[in-house]
Amino acid sequence: MTTKTYEKYYVPAQSPWPIVGAVALFFIAFGAGHLVIDISNQQSGFGGYLLLLGFAVLVFMLVGWFRNVIDESMSGLYSAQMDRSFRQGMSWFIVSEVMFFMAFFGALFYGRMIAMQWLGGSSNNAMTFELLWPDFQPVWPLVKTPGGIETQAMPWTGLPLINTAILVVSSITLHFAHTGLEQQKRGQLKLMLLLTLLLGATFLSLQVYEYIHAYQDLGLRLDSGFYGNTFFLLTGFHGLHVTLGAIILLFVFFRVLKGHFTPEKHFAFQAAAWYWHFVDVVWICLFVIVYML
Amino acid sequence: MSVVITEPHDHEEQHEHHDHKPGGIKRWLYTTNHKDIGTMYLIFALIMFFIGGTMAMIIRLELFQPGMQFVEPHFFNQMTTVHGLIMVFGAVMPAFTGLANWMIPMMIGAPDMALPRMNNWSFWILPFAFLILLLSLFMPGGGPSFGWTFYAPLSTTYSGDSTALFVFSVHIMGISSIMGAINVIVTIWNMRAPGMTWMKMPLFVWTWFITAFLLIMVMPVLAGVVTMVLTDKYFGTSFFDAAGGGDPVLFQHIFWFFGHPEVYIMILPAFGIVSAIIPTFARKKLFGYASMVYATASIAILSFLVWAHHMFTTGMPVFATLFFMYATMLIAVPTGVKVFNWVATMWRGAMTFEVPMMFALAFIVLFTIGGFSGLMLAITPADFQYHDTYFVVAHFHYVLVTGAIFSIVAAVYYWLPKWTGNMYDESLGRWHFWCSLISVNLLFFPMHFVGLAGMPRRIPDYALQFADFNAFISIGGFLFGLSQLIFVWVLIKCARGGVKATDQVWEGAEGLEWEVPSPAPYHTFETPPVIK
Repeated sequence: MTTKTYEKYYVPAQSPWPIVGAVALFFIAFGAGHLVIDISNQQSGFGGYLLLLGFAVLVFMLVGWFRNVIDESMSGLYSAQMDRSFRQGMSWFIVSEVMFFMAFFGALFYGRMIAMQWLGGSSNNAMTFELLWPDFQPVWPLVKTPGGIETQAMPWTGLPLINTAILVVSSITLHFAHTGLEQQKRGQLKLMLLLTLLLGATFLSLQVYEYIHAYQDLGLRLDSGFYGNTFFLLTGFHGLHVTLGAIILLFVFFRVLKGHFTPEKHFAFQAAAWYWHFVDVVWICLFVIVYML
Repeated sequence: MSVVITEPHDHEEQHEHHDHKPGGIKRWLYTTNHKDIGTMYLIFALIMFFIGGTMAMIIRLELFQPGMQFVEPHFFNQMTTVHGLIMVFGAVMPAFTGLANWMIPMMIGAPDMALPRMNNWSFWILPFAFLILLLSLFMPGGGPSFGWTFYAPLSTTYSGDSTALFVFSVHIMGISSIMGAINVIVTIWNMRAPGMTWMKMPLFVWTWFITAFLLIMVMPVLAGVVTMVLTDKYFGTSFFDAAGGGDPVLFQHIFWFFGHPEVYIMILPAFGIVSAIIPTFARKKLFGYASMVYATASIAILSFLVWAHHMFTTGMPVFATLFFMYATMLIAVPTGVKVFNWVATMWRGAMTFEVPMMFALAFIVLFTIGGFSGLMLAITPADFQYHDTYFVVAHFHYVLVTGAIFSIVAAVYYWLPKWTGNMYDESLGRWHFWCSLISVNLLFFPMHFVGLAGMPRRIPDYALQFADFNAFISIGGFLFGLSQLIFVWVLIKCARGGVKATDQVWEGAEGLEWEVPSPAPYHTFETPPVIK
């Protein structure tokens, strides 16, 4: 009686991909761990090779898994309820990503508003300041650490400002790609998606250029104290997310070229777009908090 | 790989006719079935419980007498560290996830978890993650030895080579937990049978829903803090080094922002289990269902605002310690609501005392003791005395062993007939209960006294005046460890046969899971049930 009112939920029978993915993560974690240990001990070992093997297996898994899912989706096995599951799953994944960045933003807030002030003698830390580092100046950006490492701050004007504009525009072009998809304007969809990809690639190239500039001209390095730490980890993890988002969008673009997605059903496009808008929002927070303030 | 795609209809038709199970090892490696995955989680958790338990036995062996007897201090530190990591991430959390996998789809009338393939991935990451962690013990310089809380600078400046392996194994454990949590939350949100409204959901489902939310919020923060440990140790950053502008206390802030919700992740599903068992054996509806839901949500929200009560002795400003002290005490209110409701449910109930009920009753009493000692620890000036003593060890073992573990054991006894189709051996179960109950109190209760008297935790030697109590504690520990072998015996015996269970299993049991046959068929609720 209920089969008429409710569609069956598609439960895939068996799949080899999850266990392949677990093996891939094992190789990646074990390999990365050994690689880091080898680098710090300045010795050579199997870590790097295992890490590469792990990534190869991961790519193999992703290709196979997504091929499965796309085939199932294209042959109409997925109900509206499953589409909701996917959407909710992606939304919660983005929530977890937000919390990952929050950990680093939280560290930046604490280091700047609390740790640095205390090192400068505020609150009840006058003696710490006098006895440990009486020459320390608690000013942000922290261009001279208590231990004496010096660096230069990255200005927000110039390259970072241009990059902000690029990423904001890419979010807008992606939005128009989406409206193109919904209004069956495939030309607009393809053009705008391609434009988004190009803007993303430009952003990443400029980011690489900025890093080279930071290391070579400003002496701003990952190990230049708390300012350099937070600068490189926040922008670095953001850059990794842009890279991932761009790869996802690239595959969405290929699927668009093959004629996939309809105005009603386009979860993969939607998920990629959400992810892209998310990295854009993270960048705006980053630009304001890391570069400007 | 396209087998799955081309033949789904054939498969589904087969399911209609008979209980089709794929055979061999592939069934477990490739499975997308929530019951298979739940079973794997539970068996994995049991194995990890015994590995972590063995480490606890080594700790108790060394502490049996004052002085250094059996192990080196460095090895002792590795044992306390890895014991904690395994019990938290390898035993308690996977056991709850296993129960969620088995029971949530059946409780809400869903055919499976919302994302079945990702479900299998979540599980299979875990054995590999713990393989890495356990292998790191055999590295030159040994495994992680900085406590399960891996405080900086112990984990950065003073840690061994294996720290990188620890970091990456925690990373993939976190990936597993986040995916597991996403699966639970989406299943509950999107897969409830028609008519299963939010306020009709069993409390186990509600508590897991909130737990999954907590997991999604805090596991990424753990990933963030282990990443900072990695870069501080290996790549020259100074997040936790004052000379570079950082602060070791920053580590504790980030860690406990994860860590405090984490302890509720390990207790909220226990509340759900007890809220299922007490009404069944009291043969009464749960008292105050709605208040239970709101209390669970309040505890979850408050858990984000209390993290620094682990850090009263770090020299925080006084206003901060006051805020965290009062916020922590506030948690006693919703927790009290829960304990009151359980007791009120039993009030004038027609009670019987089968093994699940006995473990649930022990849970209420002993968890409350752990809650009260938590309240004592929350008082800032008193905490200056208790901090880093065995009093803290007593507190969190009452909450986690007689709390979380007892609830898991209760849940296993409660649902085992549904899983296997056979009743477990009641008299063996009673032996397991009474041996566990007596030994666990012999083990953990005296820890309160030695702690209050000032015995520090995580130290392999102690002053002579603590000798008698520690001998008692160690004997209690060995007995508790041995008692758990009875549990394994019960489990094996029940899986192999026994008195056939009815569909309802327990006279007072209510809920969708009791309306399907025992053992539960491989696929349940392929078409949604009707909810009255």
